[in-house]
Amino acid sequence: MSKARSAYSISSKKEKFDTHIIVVWVDNEAGVLARIAGLFSGRGYNIESLAVAEVDKKLNISRITIVTTGTPQVINQIRLQLKKLVPVHNVADFKREDKQVIFKEMALLKVVGKNGKRENALKACKKFNPVILDKTKNSYVIQITALRREIDKMIVNLKKYGLVSVSRTGAVAMTRGSEIFK
Amino acid sequence: MSKLYTGAEIVFKCLEDQGVKFIFGYPGGAVLPIYDELKNHKSIKHILARHEQGAGHAAEGYARSSGKPGIVLVTSGPGATNVVTALTDAYMDSVPLVCISGQVPTHLIGTDAFQECDTTGITRPCTKHNWLVKDVKDLAKTIHKAFEVAITGRPGPVLVDIPKDIQFNKYSYSKPKKQKKLNGKTHNFYSQKEIDELIKLITKAKKPVIYSGGGVINSGIEASQLLRELVDETGFPITSTLQGLGAYPGDDNQFLGMLGMHGTYEANNAMHDCDLMINVGARFDDRITGKIDEFSPKSKKVHIDIDPSSINKNVKVDLAIVGDVSSVLKNIIKTLKKEKPNFSKSNKSNISKWWEQIQKWRSVNSLGYINSEESIKPQYAVQRLYELTKNKDTFITTEVGQHQMWAAQHYKFDKPNRWMTSGGLGTMGYGLPAAVGVQIANPNKLVIDIAGEASVLMTMQEMSTAVQYSLPIKIFILNNEYMGMVRQWQELLHDKNYSESYTAALPDFVKLAEAYGCVGIRAKTPEELDDKIIEMINTDRPVIFDCLVDKVENCFPMIPSGKPHNQMILGPKDQEENKITGKGKSLV
Repeated sequence: MSKARSAYSISSKKEKFDTHIIVVWVDNEAGVLARIAGLFSGRGYNIESLAVAEVDKKLNISRITIVTTGTPQVINQIRLQLKKLVPVHNVADFKREDKQVIFKEMALLKVVGKNGKRENALKACKKFNPVILDKTKNSYVIQITALRREIDKMIVNLKKYGLVSVSRTGAVAMTRGSEIFK
Repeated sequence: MSKLYTGAEIVFKCLEDQGVKFIFGYPGGAVLPIYDELKNHKSIKHILARHEQGAGHAAEGYARSSGKPGIVLVTSGPGATNVVTALTDAYMDSVPLVCISGQVPTHLIGTDAFQECDTTGITRPCTKHNWLVKDVKDLAKTIHKAFEVAITGRPGPVLVDIPKDIQFNKYSYSKPKKQKKLNGKTHNFYSQKEIDELIKLITKAKKPVIYSGGGVINSGIEASQLLRELVDETGFPITSTLQGLGAYPGDDNQFLGMLGMHGTYEANNAMHDCDLMINVGARFDDRITGKIDEFSPKSKKVHIDIDPSSINKNVKVDLAIVGDVSSVLKNIIKTLKKEKPNFSKSNKSNISKWWEQIQKWRSVNSLGYINSEESIKPQYAVQRLYELTKNKDTFITTEVGQHQMWAAQHYKFDKPNRWMTSGGLGTMGYGLPAAVGVQIANPNKLVIDIAGEASVLMTMQEMSTAVQYSLPIKIFILNNEYMGMVRQWQELLHDKNYSESYTAALPDFVKLAEAYGCVGIRAKTPEELDDKIIEMINTDRPVIFDCLVDKVENCFPMIPSGKPHNQMILGPKDQEENKITGKGKSLV
């Protein structure tokens, strides 16, 4: 007998990780986010980003959008484990590559510097619907909406144009066309 | 305006309407109003434990032996934290518990008040759901909902945290909503197509095996009957997990014994070599599968489970049937009978080779051990206990460790709900308080906790509970002075470095029994064992039985960690060949 010095077997398989966007409709009640977050941390699932807000005041429903990575088996578990929680009404799951679904993140970028630099920054953001939310003699606060990796790239790019502060949301998602995923 | 009741009264009205007869609990500051109300409700009896963990396990024992939810009542802070082990245990083993905990008054929540803790925060991961009731208006609704969550689908524990001011506040009471007759439909997500597919697999199989688990027990007595019918109709061999024991008669010829880490040679080899595995209400736990990559490589796997998240969690299956075991089995049997009448006869030749192979594995006699005339072998002790109690309707609880596995291997159950053991969480100290709860639910039955001396000391204080309520539970301690399973692993995997697994100072269990006001019996030799066991059975009071057994006996057969089912260690002899020498060797 070779010595496996543990009461547990050691996994030898390495599987491919996919990125998924999980949308969860929950009762907007105290502790519900802790339940969801606790489920993820307790079972060792990843959370890349998280966006939560009430979407239906009358029915008291919040919509949570979670970006996560995992093997197909883990993603399936996440979906099924979420469904078991009492305040969870529905769970939808999309691959990031899914063309039928729109994903967007928003970022607020503060750029400080001379006029020319700031204009360059604004130009660089052109593709991502930039809106100037605040303007002073030497600063801009620019709002952009884009995909996660695009924002990642912008943050690197804008360093040279005087980017000093970034605030960003998690991704939110919606299907294309007239269909809704509820 | 309907009549107003205090929160405490509402709690009891809810419990009455839910048919509660017993509460297991321990009073304290934050639940005093509820305890004060107890006197007005004669149909509900409170069982005073000696520790909240004991109350929790007693409620588990009550639930598992009666099929009804167990009720726990504890105070805030330490009362709640003490019950966490029992809640987690119930969560892992799918036992329906409703725990009501007191909380500091709402205006003090968050101020680090005396005996305050974040009870709902702490118990969130170990309950199906929990509630902090911040308004007396929500109280009745919440408690009724709590019962519903605890008992529907895959059962489990829930907790309702009630601040002290809510227990005083007044509001009207609302009865539980009449359950719409759903015929269990809410948890059955399968269709006839899946049943037909299974029938196809059943008729084609040359090497089938049925692997049943605790889900059969949880599904009710009917499920066990249906399982027996299915096994009979198909002629297939059946093996069971630790939690499933009793669903199928342990002494039946088609039963291969328990499978898994300490399962029989025939059960594990059948699982490894089969071409069709039908999992009925089990969850492919790691103690069952061994090395996942090499788990039953050649089989089609079918999984019947009420919990969708159990499907494909550990093992990928070819056919999943999500539903209540009773309902699914009923459908399978009906369809099988219709499409293949007399299937077990017509199919006999199809699987006769398989049965021959199984008989070969059986002849290895993997549960065998070398008996001794000088010292009591623990396996022998369990066997004698079984032989001397099998004609009574005996209920067995256990602690956790070697004795638990020996009990599972050598005590043969023929009815469901007779076997209460902590399988998922593996809680040492479970068995004694569980026996208290089992005896409460089954007043005139023989209830035995097969225990280890280390485990039982963790909740020994509950003997006092047993004495208080005249519960004649029998604590049958296989005393080897070691944490036996720890010692075994240290022998096999840590070069016999018995680090901290020997208890150098144990109490005199006979005197301890007397101190508690119950009866102590000690057996030292195999010769006197039978007489002493009979003496124990005939004693109508709680008994602590100190059975001094061989100190270094190991529990075999065993699948070493990281190994597949077909690479088992069978016993001391096999162990020697595997170059593990020492104390184990001297036993041969």
